[in-house]
Amino acid sequence: MKAFNIYMIGVGGQGIGMLSEILMRASDHAGHQTIGVDTHGLAQRGGVVTSHLRLGEGVYTPLISQGEADLVVGLERHEALRGINGYLKHGGTLIYYNTVWQPLEVRLHIAEEVDEETISRQCRLNEAREIRVFSPHLKEARMQNIVVLAAIDKHALIPGVAADHYRQAMTDLMDGDTLKKNLTLFEKEGLVSNNS
Amino acid sequence: MSKAPFSEIVMGNTALVRAMVEAGTRVVASYPGSPTPEIAEAIRSIPIAQRPFYFEFSTNEKVATEVAYGAALNGHLSTVFFKSVGLNVASDTFVQLSLMNITGGMVIVLGDDPGANSSQNEQDNRHYAHLSYTPMLEPASPGEVYDFYKKSVGLSREKNMPVILRLTTHVCHAKQRVAFDGWEPVELDPTPRFDAARGPYIPITAEVLPMKRRALERLTAVSDFAKRSDLNRIVDNGNRKKGVITMGLPFLSLMDVLKSAAEKPDILKLGVVHPIPKESIKHFLQIHQEVKILEELDDPIEKEIKAIAFDEDIKVKIIGKMDLEDWIGEYTPDKVYEIIHKTWPGLLPEKSAKVRKPPVPERPAQMCPGCGHRSAFHAIKKALTGTDITVADIGCHTLGFLPPYQTGELLMCMGASTGIGAGLSLFNGARKVVAFLGDSTFFHAGLPGIINAVFNRHKLTLIIMENGTTAMTGHQDHAASGKNFNEPTDKIPIRQVLTGLGIQNIYETDTYQQTELTRLVKQALSDDGFSVVIARHPCMLKFTREQRKKPAFKPRRVDIDQQKCNQIHICVEKFACPTFVRKSDGKVEINPDLCIGDGSCLQTCPSAAIKQPEIVGDKVQ
Repeated sequence: MKAFNIYMIGVGGQGIGMLSEILMRASDHAGHQTIGVDTHGLAQRGGVVTSHLRLGEGVYTPLISQGEADLVVGLERHEALRGINGYLKHGGTLIYYNTVWQPLEVRLHIAEEVDEETISRQCRLNEAREIRVFSPHLKEARMQNIVVLAAIDKHALIPGVAADHYRQAMTDLMDGDTLKKNLTLFEKEGLVSNNS
Repeated sequence: MSKAPFSEIVMGNTALVRAMVEAGTRVVASYPGSPTPEIAEAIRSIPIAQRPFYFEFSTNEKVATEVAYGAALNGHLSTVFFKSVGLNVASDTFVQLSLMNITGGMVIVLGDDPGANSSQNEQDNRHYAHLSYTPMLEPASPGEVYDFYKKSVGLSREKNMPVILRLTTHVCHAKQRVAFDGWEPVELDPTPRFDAARGPYIPITAEVLPMKRRALERLTAVSDFAKRSDLNRIVDNGNRKKGVITMGLPFLSLMDVLKSAAEKPDILKLGVVHPIPKESIKHFLQIHQEVKILEELDDPIEKEIKAIAFDEDIKVKIIGKMDLEDWIGEYTPDKVYEIIHKTWPGLLPEKSAKVRKPPVPERPAQMCPGCGHRSAFHAIKKALTGTDITVADIGCHTLGFLPPYQTGELLMCMGASTGIGAGLSLFNGARKVVAFLGDSTFFHAGLPGIINAVFNRHKLTLIIMENGTTAMTGHQDHAASGKNFNEPTDKIPIRQVLTGLGIQNIYETDTYQQTELTRLVKQALSDDGFSVVIARHPCMLKFTREQRKKPAFKPRRVDIDQQKCNQIHICVEKFACPTFVRKSDGKVEINPDLCIGDGSCLQTCPSAAIKQPEIVGDKVQ
């Protein structure tokens, strides 16, 4: 397969690390060559957390070049826009979980909250596909990543990676109640059509 | 732990630990610092009974280096690892290592941080290799981390010398499938084999010069090892005009960038960055017309290569750093594109024009919801006047410098706040000086500054932000935790240490007692001489994570009584817990994803509009 770049972005505490680990292992199970890198360190304290994942042949560095992501995965609305600005390829795909964790400047009344239309406009400008995800009945914020995962699967956003690969990756990485809970959510979200 | 060969998707830090196991490493020590703490997490994933080596988090990097050195003199292969600036702390011991006959072998693993992702600078620790006559290997990927560690061990044991394995942030954290060899456990030989006759181990004048000579001889002999071990390699693209000499992660950036190049230069990738392989470089210079030195951060290799060309009278155009920007930041593929484009215009295709980008508000790191430091800063700010000088230190509480607290106006490095504060207090009767210090840092490097303040009767106030853990780097235990990495241990209570030092004015409160904390800080500021306030509250991120694991856990959160709320916004603008959401009409709400129901915000609302935390329902199915 020719190189396919996935850029993930969210806020510390949203579970970017787990999502990126699942996508990487699922891609590995699908037979892709994979390389990736997460940002760690200070960013974990409510700052921006990103993860780069690169699939396919002839890929060397784990870091994606700006404007070269075939798929941008945002776990929060502001971060989705940051992801588009930095990394979304012209004609790529954005999928994002439509929740808002207000950045400091918004709370301090220095900046405006980013709205949905700004993101849609930016996707049109980049001739990119936009997939917006939200699960109204989800009680635990830390499982929003699985809702996004289910949507990535449903829309077949990663070439060659299928539901069984995601299930296998989740089984590799979790166990007990956590695994059961997340697999149940993955199956349930795969059926509903609350994505737009 | 598998004894058979296997492969696994791992980050560089994890690959390193497998290499330690296979190499027969016996003693490992560290102090936590990004990008290296995941090395310890990988060690922890091996149950202690099955762990084939001893590991400890020491009180600081210098002590860790000493522990590893001492163990190596008993014949145990040892390793110490820490972040880039950790080497500054360790350096007094570290620079001596090459003089010694390290009989068991010793590898120093550094996590350098180009781009200063989580450090106070992006210092290039290759300079230390030169300073200390120590060989340095630099891997580019997790697979190379694994391979190069084992080669470092081979070199260290062959020559009884220290070897540095230099990692960088995105080599530590890069993930890929790595094929591991089998593991043949070697039985521990517990004989303490220290033998002074294998020294000398006492560097005094008469001995220092021969010891230095031996260090230089060993370093010179490293080039043979490098040749044998295939650490430096050529990517031959059949280009006899252009060549690039590079190393580490920039090599991978270059490989990616060159995919779209009109012609591909040859590449010499260095695995040993000190000492550099003179013969290979000489040959590479001779067969190319132009050679680019693609070197992240500083230019030690460029200078060495130019010297080789001069000494050998080689007619080649050597292109090193072209402007100051080439010295700054990580050599990501984007940066390498710019550099190659600047070096050889026309080699790479132009990038297409960018579309307009709407601004996104910055999202700096924050103190977590419920963080005791937030209550502390909110309360302490009320005790300060606008002219007081506040000195920050390293830790989560550094984040107090951000709006809206803006407390902590200067920052240097671990434990520096009390000493800097003492200096700021000299000839200064007009402005009070307040220094901050974390509890892990108190033990790491904070004590000398405190003792100095007592010893020299400095007039300032120190606020110790005690959260019971090394929070910023992932909740490692410290000397006051009552636990070390491996087992329960005796607690060293900070208050008793301070009392033992003879400090008279010591105050202490939980930071959630905001009114009391304000009062105590005012009192401390009015004291004559050195005063200390212990502002304690357990790390709430750690606490919440522990609570969530309990079966009986019920999430709690506060709510806003919209009838009482007068929209004066102290909660969202002054206390500034990320939980509070400001709607466009000025209404304040709670972000249910963030609130942990700690209730520390209640006391900040003059309208009493924040309701007591309530259980929000059963744990999610």
